[in-house]
Order: sequence, then C-alpha cells, then structure tokens
Amino acid sequence: MALPKYTEPHYRIWHYFYLFVCGCVFFFLIAPLFVIFPLSFNAEEFLVFTDGMMRLDPDAFSTRWYKDMVYGTKNPWGLAAKNSFIIAIFATIGSIILGTLAALGLSSRHMPYKGLIMAILISPMIVPLIISGVAIFFFMAKAGLAATHLGIILAHIILGTPFVVITVTATLSGFDHSITRAASSLGSNPFNTFMKITLPLILPGVISGGLFAFVTSFDEVVVVLFLAGLDNTTIPVQMWTGLREQLSPTILAVATCLIVLSILILLTAELLRRRSERLRGINR
Amino acid sequence: MSSETQKILTTDGIPLEESLKQAEKKNKIKAFLLVTPLLLFLIITYIIPIADMFSRSIDDKMVTNMLPKTYKAMEQWDGKELPPEEVFEAFYLDYKILVENKTAGRLQTQLNYEKNGFKSVLKKLARKQKKFEEGNYKEQIIKVHKRWRNVDYWRAIKRRAPAYTYSKYLKGVDMYSNEEGKIVQVSENRRIHRILWSRTLEVAFFVTLFCFLMAYPIAHLLATLPMKYSNLLMICVLLPFWTSLLVRTASWMILLQQQGLVNDFFVWIGLVTDDNRPEMMYNKTGTYVAMTQILLPFMVLPLYSVMKTISPSLMRAGKSLGATPGVAFFKIYFPLTIPGIGAGCLLVFILAIGYYITPALVGGASGTLISNQIAYHMKSTLDWSFASAMGLMLLTGVLVIYWIYNKLVGVDNIKLG
Repeated sequence: MALPKYTEPHYRIWHYFYLFVCGCVFFFLIAPLFVIFPLSFNAEEFLVFTDGMMRLDPDAFSTRWYKDMVYGTKNPWGLAAKNSFIIAIFATIGSIILGTLAALGLSSRHMPYKGLIMAILISPMIVPLIISGVAIFFFMAKAGLAATHLGIILAHIILGTPFVVITVTATLSGFDHSITRAASSLGSNPFNTFMKITLPLILPGVISGGLFAFVTSFDEVVVVLFLAGLDNTTIPVQMWTGLREQLSPTILAVATCLIVLSILILLTAELLRRRSERLRGINR
Repeated sequence: MSSETQKILTTDGIPLEESLKQAEKKNKIKAFLLVTPLLLFLIITYIIPIADMFSRSIDDKMVTNMLPKTYKAMEQWDGKELPPEEVFEAFYLDYKILVENKTAGRLQTQLNYEKNGFKSVLKKLARKQKKFEEGNYKEQIIKVHKRWRNVDYWRAIKRRAPAYTYSKYLKGVDMYSNEEGKIVQVSENRRIHRILWSRTLEVAFFVTLFCFLMAYPIAHLLATLPMKYSNLLMICVLLPFWTSLLVRTASWMILLQQQGLVNDFFVWIGLVTDDNRPEMMYNKTGTYVAMTQILLPFMVLPLYSVMKTISPSLMRAGKSLGATPGVAFFKIYFPLTIPGIGAGCLLVFILAIGYYITPALVGGASGTLISNQIAYHMKSTLDWSFASAMGLMLLTGVLVIYWIYNKLVGVDNIKLG
C-alpha cells in the first residue's frame, strides 16, 4: 500500500492517520489475549504485573499455577477437561453426520421447500442463545435428560449443526454433479459414490464445519449452565464459576492452555480453507 | 404439449414425459430423506420446545385446578354482590381438600398476589374450618373472618378462574391488571424491566455502532493489502474469533480492574492520579469495551468478504473521471459494501441483544441486560413461566429485526466469512 509519489500532502497525512487507526484496532483486538500469558506465570497470587516481572527477574516467574491446575487438591479441572472433550467430540460427530446429510439433501436441485427448511435448520444460530438454553432445558427436563452427558451432547448437536450445514452447503455450491453421475453410470452404487467421490471432495467443508461445531461445544456455557449437574461440569462452566467467585491465577493457566488450543484450531482451519479454495480452483 | 412429444417412449415403453416425472419425484424424495433426520431432530428437540415456551408462559392452571368446584359454582355469579351459598359451599369443600393435602399454602400465596392480606384470611379459615357444621356455610365462613363479607376477595378468586393469562407479558413491561381488570403501570420505583429492555437495546445499538466504526477501516485494509500481509493481519481477527469467550472476558477483567493495566496506563500518561483510579469494570463501560472487542470479528468477516469482491479499478475509474478520493469513496465504494455492512450489523446486533456471559461477569448491577434477568428467573426464582414470556418477547424482537432487515437488504445478500 505504498502511496504514489504524486500524492498530495493532506492525502498523505490522511493515509497515515488511516493506517494508525487500523493499527490501534488490531492492537485492541489482539492485545488482551497476550496479557494472560505472562500473568499465568506469575509467582505471586496477584493478577497484576509485579515489579519483579517488569525487571524480568526469573524469581518472579513460576509454573506453580500450572502445577495447581493439574495436581491441585480438590481441583475441578481434570474432570471438567475430560467432560469437555467427551461432550465436544460426540457433539461434533453428531453434528457432522446430521449436518452433512442435510446439506447433501439441501443442495440437490430437487429439494422441495428449500427456503423454509433452511430457515429451520439454521435457526439455532439465529435465535439468541439464552432462549435456546431455556427451550432446550425444558425439553431435556421433560425427557429426563437434564444433568446427563447425553442431554448436553444433544444440546450441543442442536447448536453445532447449523455451522456444518452452512459450510458443507457452501462447499457443495461449487460441486460438479456430473462427476457423481459419471460414477453411477460406471456402475457405482450411491453409497460407494458418496464415500469415494463426493466425500473426499467436500471433506474440507465437512472438517471446517466440524471445527466450528467442536469449538461451539467446547466453548459453550449458557446451555450447559442450565443443563449441567455437578458431574457434568465442563471447562467453561468451571471458568465461569471461578470468574464469578474470584479471579485466580489458576484460571489464567487454564486460559493460556485454551489460547494455545485455539491457535492450533485456527491453523487447522486456515490450512483447510486454503486447500478447499485450491481444490475449487479459486485463486485470488 | 404437441402430439409429437407424446410419442417419444423410453426403452421400457413408458412415455418419456412420465418417466421423467417419476425420476423427478424419486429425486425429490431422496433429497427430502437426506434432510429428514436433522429436520426431525431439530423439530422435536428445539422447535417444539420453543413453541412450548409459549404455552408455559400463558399457563395459569394452578389456581384453576385447585378450586374446581368453586369455579363451577361461580359461573353463574356476576361479581356485583356477595356470591350465593353454593359458591361458599363449593369453596369450603375445595379448600378442605387442599388443607388435608397440605397444598393450601400455594393457593394462599397465589391469591395473595391478587389481593393483599388474603393470606392471613385464608390461614385463619384453615384453622377454624375443622369445627364447621354441615349446611349454611356462608354464615359460618363469614363468622371466621369478617373480610369474607367483602366482595373484593371473591372477585380476586374469580379473577384467577381462566386457565390462561397474559399477566406474565404485562409483568415483562412493568404493567399489571388491577382489581377492576384495567391494565395499569406498576409504581415508578418498581419499573425495573423497562429499564432493562431499554438498556439492552442501547447496549446492542452502541456495540454495533462501535464495531462498525472499528471494523470498516481494518476490513478495508485487509481487503486491499497484498495477500502475504493481509493473511498475517487476518490472524489478529481470527485468533480472538476462535478463542473461548470466557478467556476473552477474563482478559478484560484483568485489564479493566482498578489495579489493572489500562488504569496503570492512564496513571502513567497522567490522565488520572494514582489514588483516584476510575472504576471501569462492573458497570456499563466494562460491558461496552468487552462486548465490542468480543463481537468485532463478527463485523470484520462479512465486511471483508464483500470488500474482497469489489474491484479496485472501480475507484480508479471514478478518480480518473475527476472525483476526489472522498467523493469516489462515498459514491462508489461505500454503496457497494452495504450488503456486508448489513450482514455484519445484523449479526452483531442480534448477538449483542441476547448476550449473557460477558455482561454478567463485567457488567455489575448497572451493566446487566435482559438475558441476565431471564437466566435469573430460570435459576433463582424458578418463575419459569415469566422467563419463558420474556424469552419470547426477546425472540419476537429478534424476528422483527430480521424481517425489517429482509425488507431493506434481503437475507440472500448476507455473506458470512
């Protein structure tokens, strides 16, 4: 974005002002995340930068909060992490299966009532989460699934499928249906055609939808707060409880782990997006 | 159709048209079957429960079911004078069963909502009615407490006769129907819900505005920079997007606390003195700052995807035809980005209007929103019908926004990511 030489001075000033504003916004977006890193290695129990930390004194840093997170007495994080992963993984699998099937149906040009059905399928994304939480809680309570893993998994499938439906439908929009017809004309049955032809081609969309579903479930707290009993506490619920009671450095240690996890997810999602664009022949 | 086309037959001897129709029908069923599992799942676990919230919000069968004989006897009573003997008798019989089953307390509480002081009157009746003799219940009941002679109490009972009520919705906007059945406002110092509604709208509006003002320049920068720089900067948008909401809220709690970095910075540049650090958390400031940062990616991504499709030669053409950069921007570039602006604003506004976690943690008392109230009634007071009523009011608001948006911009123009 180098300015041409003939640019008039006031536009030049305006341009640098614009870049400055952009810089501030980027800083505003990203900086809060990096406050957590150093503070989670604080040797003290306070959530402020101590003088020692400012001088980069090695004694001011320690990993005691990470040890507390893993080995601490009565610590809830182990159970919470286990529950979170179990729930998120099953919710993701469920969302992927239901969402991909629905997306395949929806992108068929023979699909009747496409608009209405699409509206219903993505409604959990549109309706404010608190309302979804109340409605799902009423259902689970009636079905006797409140405070069970199954109930929470089903709830997260509800919230996760819209993402899969949207990403897979988007991938299928650039899909050449004559390939599957070619496969059938060569004698492949529909199941084989799907597994060998369609699925590999739409896989990037399926996986990125699955990532969305995973993150949605892993990060979801409103619905779980309504549904969870003591045995099904998850990481977000524990963080919520901790943040309400007292902001302790252990929470920051957990938060740091979550940020590392989200960096990994971000990298996966980016790689998939690029691969998908390459496959669809979109070169920008 | 001409007669020639009808003659065309497939190898099976079926007319082509019919065969095509059959194939079409088969395909339709196939497509529908693929959608069915998810559709059924969502309808059963999600759509029906939302509809069920409505019946729950207007349900008022509790009192109706507790006094079945009374309400049957009351059908003939016009409510002008004291009810006849049959009503007294029916009420005595209903109430006796409730006292025996030890469920009279619920009736007492419910009727006390209708008429203050009803509870003590009913409690006295529960104690005395054991000694009642058969017949002439009207006289005996009035003898227990002279307030039974006051027709207002009987009207209060009659008001609870319908099995359905819209009173929860009235309560949601700080109104109620008084003893004459007129809809009036609650006294001024108790109008908390209206404050919450207007605050929710205000916060959602300003958060959307702030997000828009901050997202527009960076989306533009991302869309115009060469790929290798923009990819790097895109991470700044995507990393917060993928990071847990609670992590981001926690980082704001650290930054905004009184001994936090933001206050340190203000002291350092001399904006405030060290012993006079402003409270930035547990109020609206905290809600605004944290929500804007958390929702900003939802504004940047749709804007970016629209701006990416705008050819830079359009602006150049405008400029070469004599437009100043400002005019070129407002006449050419800005109108082309409107679908992105619409999608981003809609997304952020709707997310903001239903926000719960962040306001509850950094909002304090003056920063809580309507969702917090819904959660409070769900979890603390257990007034689920009221929570349902408020949830549906919120949902209606969201749907109205969608409808307006669809009229103005068209939902098809939304581009996500």
